[in-house]
Amino acid sequence: MIKIKNISKSFTGKIVLEGISGEFDKGKTNLIIGSSGTGKSVLLKCIVGLITPDEGNVFYDLRNFTEADKEIKAEIRREIGMLFQGGALFDSKNVEKNVMFPLDILTTMPYEQKIERVNFCLQRVGLENVNKKMPSEISGGMKKRVGIARAIVNNPNYLFCDEPNSGLDPQTSILIDDLIGEITHEFNITTVVVTHDMNSVMGIGEKIMFLYKGHKLWEGSSQEIMHSGVKELDDFVFSNKVMQNLKERL
Amino acid sequence: MKGFGQYMIFLGTLVVRRESFKTYYKLIIEESVQIGVKSVALVALVATFIGAVTTVQTAYNMVSPLIPKYIIAQVVREMVVLELAPTIMAIIFAGKVGSSMAGGLGTMRITEQIDALEVMGINSASYLVLPKIVASLIMYPLLVIVAGFCAILGGYLVGSIAGIISPTDFIYGLRFYFDSYAITFALIKALAFAFLISSISSFKGYYTQGGALEVGISTTAAVTSSIMAVLIADYLLAQLLYVR
Ligand SMILES: Nc1ncnc2c1ncn2[C@@H]1O[C@H](COP(=O)(O)OP(=O)(O)O)[C@@H](O)[C@H]1O
Ligand SMILES: [Mg+2]
Repeated sequence: MIKIKNISKSFTGKIVLEGISGEFDKGKTNLIIGSSGTGKSVLLKCIVGLITPDEGNVFYDLRNFTEADKEIKAEIRREIGMLFQGGALFDSKNVEKNVMFPLDILTTMPYEQKIERVNFCLQRVGLENVNKKMPSEISGGMKKRVGIARAIVNNPNYLFCDEPNSGLDPQTSILIDDLIGEITHEFNITTVVVTHDMNSVMGIGEKIMFLYKGHKLWEGSSQEIMHSGVKELDDFVFSNKVMQNLKERL
Repeated sequence: MKGFGQYMIFLGTLVVRRESFKTYYKLIIEESVQIGVKSVALVALVATFIGAVTTVQTAYNMVSPLIPKYIIAQVVREMVVLELAPTIMAIIFAGKVGSSMAGGLGTMRITEQIDALEVMGINSASYLVLPKIVASLIMYPLLVIVAGFCAILGGYLVGSIAGIISPTDFIYGLRFYFDSYAITFALIKALAFAFLISSISSFKGYYTQGGALEVGISTTAAVTSSIMAVLIADYLLAQLLYVR
C-alpha cells in the first residue's frame, strides 16, 4: 500500500499540485485520471521520487520515502518497477539486455538465473523470439510489453505506469491494460496507473482518483464513477460519444 | 553566466554517488570504441589532406632562393604539431563526437530513458556522462597523434610527388631544431580539448527539454559551444605554456 499526504508542487510560481492526499491499495490497479495538463505525470513522478514535492510525504507501506535516508531510499527503489509512456527502452541495448538491466544493477544474481528470469518475464507479457531484437525493430505495442517485462523483472512490490496505452490502437490498448491488471493480481502488486482513457477506467480501474487542475476532486470505484455528482468529473467521463449514449440509456 | 554555473554543478554531480568500478570499466571500453575507432578514418583522411595542403602553401609562399628547401618541412612540422593536429582535429571531433553525444543524451532525455535510470536509483549523469569523458580523454590524444602522423605523411608524399621538396630535404627539415616540448604541449592541449568537448556536449544533451526539435537545437548548441570553448582554451593555453 502506498499513502500520499498533502503533496504540493509548483514550477517557477505556477502551482501544478495542491494538497493531494490518498491511498493506493495492494493487489489492485489504482488509477489517477484527469484531462491533459492536470498534473497526473507530475504526481506520479513525485511518488516515485523523480521530482521532489515542495510539501507533503509519500509512504511505501509505512516507510516515509520522502524523508528516508540513502539506504532506505535504495531499498524502496529496488521494490519499484515503472512503465514509461513510450516504453523508455534503452535504444543501445537489445530486448533481452533491456529487461535484464535492473537485475544487472540491483542484484548480484548469476547470469543463468538472470536469463531465466528475463525469459520468464518476456513470456509472461507474450513475447517470444524477440530477445535479440533492438528497440527500433519492434512495434509500439511490443515496446510497451518489453517495458512491462523490464518493470516486473525484479519482482516489484509497486508498479507505476504512465499512460500505458497512449499511442496504441484500441485493441492493443485493451491487451496492455488487461496485462497490467492480470500482473497486478497475479503477483499482488500495488499498481498505480496514470491515464486519461475512459476505456482503461472502465476496464481495469479498481480504485480511482480524479485530478482537476492540480486538485483531487473525487475518489471511488469504477461502479461509482457514473454517479459521482461532481460536475468536472461528469464532463470528463461523458466527454466521449459512447459514454454519452450509455448515460442516456441508463 | 547562469548556464556556466549549471555546467559547474553538472560536473560536480558526475563525481558523487558513482556506480561500481566494474560498471564503469565496461562502459568506458564501449565508449572508447564508439568515440575512437569510429573517428580514426575521418581524422586520418582530413589530417592527410591538411598536411599536403600546408606543404604546398608553404612552398608557394617561400619565393626567396636564399631560404633552403628543408625549411618548408620544418614549418609544416611546427604547424601540424602545435596547431593543426590538436586544434583543427578538435573542431572535427566536436562535429562528429560532440554532436552524437548531445544527440544521444537528448534523445534519452525526451524519451524518458534517463528517468528510467533514475527510478532504478542510478545517478544517470554519472552513469552516462563520466564514461564518455574518460573515453574522450583516452582516445582524443591518440587521435591527435594519428592526425599529426598522417598530416606529416601527407606533406611528405605531396612534396616528393609534386617535386616541391625531396624526401631527404623533408626528413632533414623535420628534424631541424626539433624540440620535443612541442609534443608535450600538443598532448596537454589534446587533453584539455577532449575534456571540454565531451563535457560541454554531454551537458547540452543531458539538459534537453521538449521534443525532437529541441534535440536538434541542443546538438547544434553542443557543437558551437564546444568549438568556442576550444578556441578560447587554445589561446589561453598558448599564453600559459609558451612562457617557460
Ligand atoms: N519540469 C517541469 N517544469 C515546469 N513545468 C512543468 C514541468 N513538468 C510539468 N510541468 C507543468 O505541469 C503541468 C502538469 O503537467 P503533467 O503532469 O505532465 O500533466 P498530465 O496530467 O497531462 O500528465 C503542465 O502544465 C506542465 O506544463
Ligand atoms: Mg502525462
